[in-house]
Amino acid sequence: METTAEPAVHMSGIVKDFPGVRALDGAGLRLRPGEVHALLGENGAGKSTLIKVLTGVHRPESGEIRVAGERVEISGPLDAERRGIATVYQEVNLCPNLSVAENILLGREPRGRFGISQRRMNRRAAELAAGMDLDLDVTRALGDHSIAVQQLVSILRAVDLQARVLVLDEPTSSLDRDEVRILFDLVERLRSRGVAILFVTHFLDQVYELCQRMTVLRNGGLVGEFATAEVGQRELIGHMLGEQAGELDRLEASAGDDPPDAGAAPFLRARGLGRSGGIAPYDLDVAPGRITGLAGLLGSGRTEAVRLLFGADRPDTGGVEVDGRPVPLRTPRAPIAAGLAYCSEDRKSEGLVAELSIADNLMLAMQAARGWLRPVPAKTRAELVERYIAALRIRPAAPETPVGALSGGNQQKVLLGRWLIMQPRLLILDEPTRGIDIGAKAEVQRLVAAQSRQGTAVLFVSSELEEVLRLSHRVVVLRDRRVISELDNDGGLDTDRVLAEIAEGGGR
Amino acid sequence: MRSAQTRRLVWPLLVLALLVAANAVATPRFLEITVRGGRLYGSLVDILHFGTPLLLISLGMTAVIALRGIDLSVGAVVAVAGAVACTLIESAAEPDSPSAVAGAVAAALAVCALLGLWNGFLVAVLRIQPIVATLILMVAGRGAAQLITGGQITTVRSAPYREIAGGSVATVPVTVIVAAATLLLMWLLVRRTALGLLIEAIGGNAEAGRLAGIRATGLTMAAYTFCGLCAGLAGIIISANTGSADGNNAGLWIELDAILAVVIGGTLLTGGRFSIAGTVLGAIIVQTLSTTVYTMGVPPESTLVFKALVVFGVCLLQSPRFRAQVAAPFRRSGPPRPPSNTATPAPPEEDDVKPEAASIADQEPREVRP
Repeated sequence: METTAEPAVHMSGIVKDFPGVRALDGAGLRLRPGEVHALLGENGAGKSTLIKVLTGVHRPESGEIRVAGERVEISGPLDAERRGIATVYQEVNLCPNLSVAENILLGREPRGRFGISQRRMNRRAAELAAGMDLDLDVTRALGDHSIAVQQLVSILRAVDLQARVLVLDEPTSSLDRDEVRILFDLVERLRSRGVAILFVTHFLDQVYELCQRMTVLRNGGLVGEFATAEVGQRELIGHMLGEQAGELDRLEASAGDDPPDAGAAPFLRARGLGRSGGIAPYDLDVAPGRITGLAGLLGSGRTEAVRLLFGADRPDTGGVEVDGRPVPLRTPRAPIAAGLAYCSEDRKSEGLVAELSIADNLMLAMQAARGWLRPVPAKTRAELVERYIAALRIRPAAPETPVGALSGGNQQKVLLGRWLIMQPRLLILDEPTRGIDIGAKAEVQRLVAAQSRQGTAVLFVSSELEEVLRLSHRVVVLRDRRVISELDNDGGLDTDRVLAEIAEGGGR
Repeated sequence: MRSAQTRRLVWPLLVLALLVAANAVATPRFLEITVRGGRLYGSLVDILHFGTPLLLISLGMTAVIALRGIDLSVGAVVAVAGAVACTLIESAAEPDSPSAVAGAVAAALAVCALLGLWNGFLVAVLRIQPIVATLILMVAGRGAAQLITGGQITTVRSAPYREIAGGSVATVPVTVIVAAATLLLMWLLVRRTALGLLIEAIGGNAEAGRLAGIRATGLTMAAYTFCGLCAGLAGIIISANTGSADGNNAGLWIELDAILAVVIGGTLLTGGRFSIAGTVLGAIIVQTLSTTVYTMGVPPESTLVFKALVVFGVCLLQSPRFRAQVAAPFRRSGPPRPPSNTATPAPPEEDDVKPEAASIADQEPREVRP
């Protein structure tokens, strides 16, 4: 899909400084009409910053932005919208209490004799949806719809704005397979109308499925622009990582080659553990050094199941025993004391305290367990913080940096470090690699494997089946908020087998 | 270590210095401090002395606000404290005996701690929004104070009681000593134990704190109890100063001054990181402002407007965006250089960089917030 048309957007030599950090250093981008263009790079490579320069959120120190050949200065998000650049963010930024139609037409409501005409607004929105073959009740509140539909609504908003450039910032990270399909159909449709689409994602498969070209950033600089058809995945990863490319190969060699003692006795038993509306009662045994993966589609009850174990939600039925002793699950405190640790899938709102430093966040669980009267001595604290920042390769390594300023991958490592400091017997990881770049992902996986070799049991929840299979000794399969089977991962297990299990719904 | 926090104190400090300087120019003997009858006198001493109640309440308020709460009832608790103490002293057999006064003060403080605990119970256990939960006591507390004093202004002539506000130890007013002791106690509690970290974690992200194993209920109740206790202390001092208990007017609107002091000190109403030093500065600024109004002879009808203008100025100064915009015309071209710890060399200066670009660079990166 090579076009010779003038780029819809041409950014070059963009430099952007934040206090103490140069976020962009000569980054650039060429976006042609009628193409889907991937923007790739590790977390911290500058993708978000570049997008925010394009959409007017940040103003660059230097560099040039041309929209349809004309040199412009974008003064803010509204200015960007006026120039035909629309953005759909990962976290939907619409109003959940307003109807779908109101959200699509916000600020451009059709007016009748008595102010805004609800009827005409709904009709206009319904036409837009129908024009894109979407079956959507535009009169319902946006918040009643799934995240996927909310993202489609933001795109419809862009369609109504007649945007010439559409920026999609990680639109698929919280969507399931079917929802991604619908989104891609919509993107393809817009592309064929000549819209230039910039697609930011961590899912390389999706890049190869949807995009014609890609731009790779590294450390705020431009690595290059490539045609998707000409560069393979392995080579692409090399461009993104630079010298770290060997990481993945090393990981694949290390995981699973060291099967733990199969005869190890379980120390944790869950019996009939369940919560209505969350997960049907299930049993689970956890033995030292074993990695148990939880596989299932989004909404199958994976997160709900592990939250009960940790006392993050209160179970209605059943209970958990550690070393034969029942553990009260009213709050996470007793499970923590029994050696459990839980990294939530939502690290921003349930994991980290953004304004506190790396050091404070790392020490939080240990300090909470010791109580307020016994502060961790300054020397121990400094040693622990230093050791874990080094072991997890947290960047920046300055312990007093506020965690909110870190990239997603580094935030995940801080959360993981908080629990590793506790030396847990069971580490529960809910989507530890979601939304982080491939280098950090490999590091997290390496750490999980290393922990299990030291005897820590791990419960591993991930939407990426390959990842679950690569790491786990045993896979628990869930469907429709119910555990349907447990499979041993002794070499014969592959993604097809697990998918078949999910599809059959456990009707063995 | 807490350099960002410290830097935030610069602007309130500057405002305080300006206020003091303005006073020194307008009132010739403003900076003078003399010793008369074994006690320090002077405008600066007065500011600290009369500022004690506000400072005490602001300290309690800081703990509550750091936990993403607020306590509107402190003014009412001030009234209750005075009412309880004065009524007990009046009904004692010997109002002039130090033990009777000590008993009355202890009883009043206990009542105030209980009132604070009640607020904490409503917020932490019953999960009522702090502003609503403490509004209940804000209204009911004044009613209770008036019931205790029988609707009258109770006056006491007990000398030991009056000494609480009027006395001095080694020339230093007792009030200032009480304030300093409370300040030291709070600082030791939050910065020498892990209390400060746990409060900041819960205030910054309650769910993250819960999942890390912090018991928020107890912490929250303790913070409101502490706030009630501080308000009680302030109430005793206010009542001892006038030798009376006025259920209607004692501590009226002091909750707003206290919230103001906390905010000027750099603690956000959204909770999380807090600054005790900032609160102290904030309380002193608010008190200096009140003193300035009197010493400069601002007509009474315009005092509120005058106060509001100064507070507005402080808030503007604390906004990085405002500062940058004011500074922009004075800066030559080019953005501020990144500190030398970045490996990348600075770019050559470009003439076409607008001054506004420099102003934006002063802001924090936006990614920090979801």
